[in-house]
Amino acid sequence: MSTKLKTSDIKTEHWGSRVGLVLAMAGNAVGFGNFLRFPVQAVQNGGGAFIIPYLVSLVLLGFPLLMIEWTAGRYGGRFGHHSTPFILHSLNKKAIWKYVGVFGLFSNLAIAAYYCYMESWTMSYIFHSIKGTFNHLDQHGVASFFDSYVDIGHSTTGIPFEALVFYILCLALNVWILSKGLAGGIEKAAKIMVPVLIFFGIFLAIRGITLKGGEQHAIMDGLAGLNFLWTPQYDSLTNPRVWLAAAGQIFFTLSVGMGSIQCYASYLRQRDDIAVNAMSAGFMNEFVEIVLGSSIIIPISVGYLGIDKVIDLVGLGGLGLAFRTMPFLFEQWGPIFSALTGTAFFGLLFFAGITSSLAMGTPIMGFLKDEYNWSNKKSAITFGLITLGLGLPTVLFFQQGVFDEYDYWSGTVALFVFAMLESILFAWFFGYKRGWKEFIDGADMRIPVIFKYILGFVTPVILILVFLASLLRPAGDDWSKISFKGWELHPESIIGQLTYKGITENRESFAMAFYSETTGTLDTVYTLRGKHYIRIVPDGKGPEFAKSYVFNPEKHTLTVKVGEHILKGQKLYDGFVINRIFYIKMARLILVGLFLGLSIMVWYAYRKRKRENTI
Amino acid sequence: MNTSALILMISTWSIVTCLTIYFFVKVLKAPMRQEPDSYLDNDPK
Repeated sequence: MSTKLKTSDIKTEHWGSRVGLVLAMAGNAVGFGNFLRFPVQAVQNGGGAFIIPYLVSLVLLGFPLLMIEWTAGRYGGRFGHHSTPFILHSLNKKAIWKYVGVFGLFSNLAIAAYYCYMESWTMSYIFHSIKGTFNHLDQHGVASFFDSYVDIGHSTTGIPFEALVFYILCLALNVWILSKGLAGGIEKAAKIMVPVLIFFGIFLAIRGITLKGGEQHAIMDGLAGLNFLWTPQYDSLTNPRVWLAAAGQIFFTLSVGMGSIQCYASYLRQRDDIAVNAMSAGFMNEFVEIVLGSSIIIPISVGYLGIDKVIDLVGLGGLGLAFRTMPFLFEQWGPIFSALTGTAFFGLLFFAGITSSLAMGTPIMGFLKDEYNWSNKKSAITFGLITLGLGLPTVLFFQQGVFDEYDYWSGTVALFVFAMLESILFAWFFGYKRGWKEFIDGADMRIPVIFKYILGFVTPVILILVFLASLLRPAGDDWSKISFKGWELHPESIIGQLTYKGITENRESFAMAFYSETTGTLDTVYTLRGKHYIRIVPDGKGPEFAKSYVFNPEKHTLTVKVGEHILKGQKLYDGFVINRIFYIKMARLILVGLFLGLSIMVWYAYRKRKRENTI
Repeated sequence: MNTSALILMISTWSIVTCLTIYFFVKVLKAPMRQEPDSYLDNDPK
């Protein structure tokens, strides 16, 4: 007699309520990117005009991918699958799709590893905002605080290995919530955290918009910041870079291509609505991003620093703006109000972060529970331990670029690849007509039928084009240079990254001399917290853009002098050195090892299911 | 703020806010379905 599972035999966990599910899905989507990445992308890609490619990408990529992932998740859940390897297997039996599904475990683990580290920064910054650490620090002091925080050997509180302690605390909190299960842990957390996050966001947005030039040391109105962000530069719309940036932002903001949406949706029953749930969670995320996200960091930064300085600072990215600049700006509002706004701002980021990292834990737990019959507690602890193991290199070697490497490969490339392949599977292997029928089954609203054809043809084709464009992006984003004779690649293109194109100096893992990676003036050689640095200020820039290189006077002999103009590639010192490229290679090796390890686990689980006749 | 920035911002904010409220209200007002459904709150007491 066959022991093959029927859909009715499968007992799984369930969501407590529909609102809880929507809030958990919205919490999954809302993350640091809503507040830190979106406004920076808008400023760098045409201001208000950026919203046009953004909304087009939302309709042609974002919503269809949400539909695909919710549908695939609910469909796979019917057969008792709660992680993407076997959810994709339920859509098509070809062996390859199981291994494509490995991306849905890989991305979650690798992203959680560095994402929890960022979450731990926000925990620490809440603590320091309340304690008043930032009071009386100047802008350089606040920026240096961040550098000392991520310098693992130094402590800003007296707690040894402080950054590591906060990281472990943060991971432990994630594990504790995850171990309480779906309704008792994740959903309860989302029901508290998402409303608090929105409340903090509204409070800070009002503060940003109502900022008055001339009051509390502000030099401009907050509205000038909004004007700066929203003024459309329509000529930017002809630049493919802007469209790629908009498509990329839609990916990050909706958390598609990760496997967590499929996992959350897999706990739904066949006849329960997914259409309204998907739209509600999606628009909640858009509200937080477009309305709140655009009203906080840019208006406040422009109010205190002016437009020119903010243009320079956004070049350093949203994370730099949040952790190296914002506490100094809050300080201008006096000790009590700065503690309050600091807590609200970093609290907002913390809640945005943890509701996302909880979603990253769920697919791993789903896989372990489904395939090895593990309990919530055991699988949550396992997730925590693997994440800790993967995350330690990002904590210990943050300044050597391990964090950025994880972010690029798991948080960018893997998402694109997975989303592209799952949309191809859904549209062309599972069948877009069948997929559409599954999606609208039980729907509480009518979805325009045009989406059926967008799902079937437009979305997969755009994703293939976006992937090819990311693979072969030309230097300087000058697309007119593309020809059959070949062209120079952008350092941030996938091939450019694979070939270390962005690293022009110090390309050997181990060397007997170190060469400058910047052209500028060597303005000082200084010692900070027991470490020795050479500081080079780039030509035409201020000291906040200076590049500092560590050296050890006992092992290295300087070959340059203070005040000297240094050229990129000029030798700075002689002596044995381990270069940044070594840590980058190490990070890549870890990520490849993780993917292979997960693939072996999936292969083993599949063999087990075949043996037990449960697939 | 200049006019084009203001129009773009207000129209985008309005559309997004209205749709967010519309869909969330739809979730809140949706009648419970007959058991078995996916939500524990709807389980027979």
